[in-house]
Amino acid sequence: MKQSRPLAWYAALVFAFLYLPIIILIVYSFNGQGVGGFPPRDLTLKWYRLLFSDGAIWDSVWNSLLVAAAAVAIALLFGIPAALALDRAEFPGKTLFRRIVLLPLILPGIITGLSLLMLFREAGVNLSLITIILVHGTALISVATTEIFAGLQKFERAQEEASLDLGANYWQTFRRVTLPNLRLSIIGAALLIFTLSMDEIAVSFFLIGRANTLPLEIWGRLRRGITPEINAISTIIFVFSLCAIVAWYRLRMRSESGQEITDELLRSAKL
Amino acid sequence: MFSRTYRAVITLPPVTWVAMFLLVPYILMFCYSFWSVSSLQVIVHSCSLANYRELLSKSVYLQTLFRSMWIAARVTLFSLLLGYPLAYYVSFQSGKRKDLLYQLVIIPLWVSYLVRAYAWKTVLGSDGVLNTLLQYIHVSQHPLGFLLYSPFAVVLTLTHIYTPFTFLPIYASLERIPRNLIEASHDLGASSWQTFRTVILPLSVPGVLAGATFAFVLSLGDFLAPLLLGGPSGIMISNIVVSLFGAAYNWPLGAAISFCMLAIVVGLLFFSERLEKKWSFR
Repeated sequence: MKQSRPLAWYAALVFAFLYLPIIILIVYSFNGQGVGGFPPRDLTLKWYRLLFSDGAIWDSVWNSLLVAAAAVAIALLFGIPAALALDRAEFPGKTLFRRIVLLPLILPGIITGLSLLMLFREAGVNLSLITIILVHGTALISVATTEIFAGLQKFERAQEEASLDLGANYWQTFRRVTLPNLRLSIIGAALLIFTLSMDEIAVSFFLIGRANTLPLEIWGRLRRGITPEINAISTIIFVFSLCAIVAWYRLRMRSESGQEITDELLRSAKL
Repeated sequence: MFSRTYRAVITLPPVTWVAMFLLVPYILMFCYSFWSVSSLQVIVHSCSLANYRELLSKSVYLQTLFRSMWIAARVTLFSLLLGYPLAYYVSFQSGKRKDLLYQLVIIPLWVSYLVRAYAWKTVLGSDGVLNTLLQYIHVSQHPLGFLLYSPFAVVLTLTHIYTPFTFLPIYASLERIPRNLIEASHDLGASSWQTFRTVILPLSVPGVLAGATFAFVLSLGDFLAPLLLGGPSGIMISNIVVSLFGAAYNWPLGAAISFCMLAIVVGLLFFSERLEKKWSFR
């Protein structure tokens, strides 16, 4: 097809729009004179040093890691059977179930956050990291289900049939045939869920108890005034998200074409 | 081939869990919207339409809702204007770099919302990077005040956040167009522009619809960007809900507004899905 120069320039501008703010954020994490001011001056690592000795930030990092790990466990625990059920069981309300599982991804976070806040209040449950774990785990069942459902579509059911015919019971078949075949989908789902949980703020905003997750700790500081220390922690978050996504993408490329990856990302973000 | 027990074991746990922690809370929100708060700040579990009546009678709610929809509409438009040409370029003209460019677009999708919103705050502030740059190169003498704490800042930031979201479905629909259709169009003498208008554009409508729905729905309910960058003139409907659940302590009224939002969102999703089906060619 004919190449169009103006279009290439336009695309370059859009990329600049997408990346410039992030690049500026990173550059100013090394700026001695604060978060703004042009040109940046006094290159320094002092904000990173300050960050590494900042106990409250590291507490919140640990909280977030804990929440993300537990959310992965819950989402997979229910997401794997949910994907199996959507693939091979007929039950009343199946369509409704599929739609409700996916709702937290497409609804604005405030709706999911508040409705769960009301549930916890009516049930008399105090807000804590445990409620955050519960909520992240539940909301992200959607990601686990879509990723694993996509994996199930690709593998031959005959393998499971053979295993059952040869005398293995359902549990053995699941453990020795189904699960190994879904390995890549499960690792992929876990990576995505972990990253999404680490970054989640709109839902947690309403459900946080006394212990902060990292995004909420940063949020609290933003309201009190900003320093390049926040640029520094944001830079670190950016680098980690970047690694997670590139790892996820590489993993998927091993088993699928680009088209399938797009479809999967879409499914994971759409009804 | 799968026994009843097997199917029950894979079905019951996730269905029960999802019903308990997603379906019940959404229904509870609906119930709350009919309750009220007594003068002693206790939630009274008796039903009335008072909350919905208040929503319709006080202009501040409807006004803010319309302002939010207007902000969301602008975000949608700008995301499409940025996302569509980008998707077109990556899909048809990027050649060998296609894979790399595609990754470059999806990376921001998963980079923390908060990090991106914060980045704009440092760019747009009165001592921010942009204002000091403009003064440094003598384009302006004084910091431009409208950059931060304005609807402009909210629209800009949300456009930045949701452009990759609109890119994705549009790109998917462009990739699905059989390349021989385009060759046929060229062979029959159509210009690039005619091919775009009569072949590519109609076939990408489902992607555009899906992308537009994403951008609109997600920005309509946003409250963090307005809190961080919006200032008093950039307040959106969710900010009112946040204050009703916080200091103002009127959960039932907040639930009524949230439920209206939920209804608008689900209605839009339903509507766009119908339209997408109508326009899809397979």
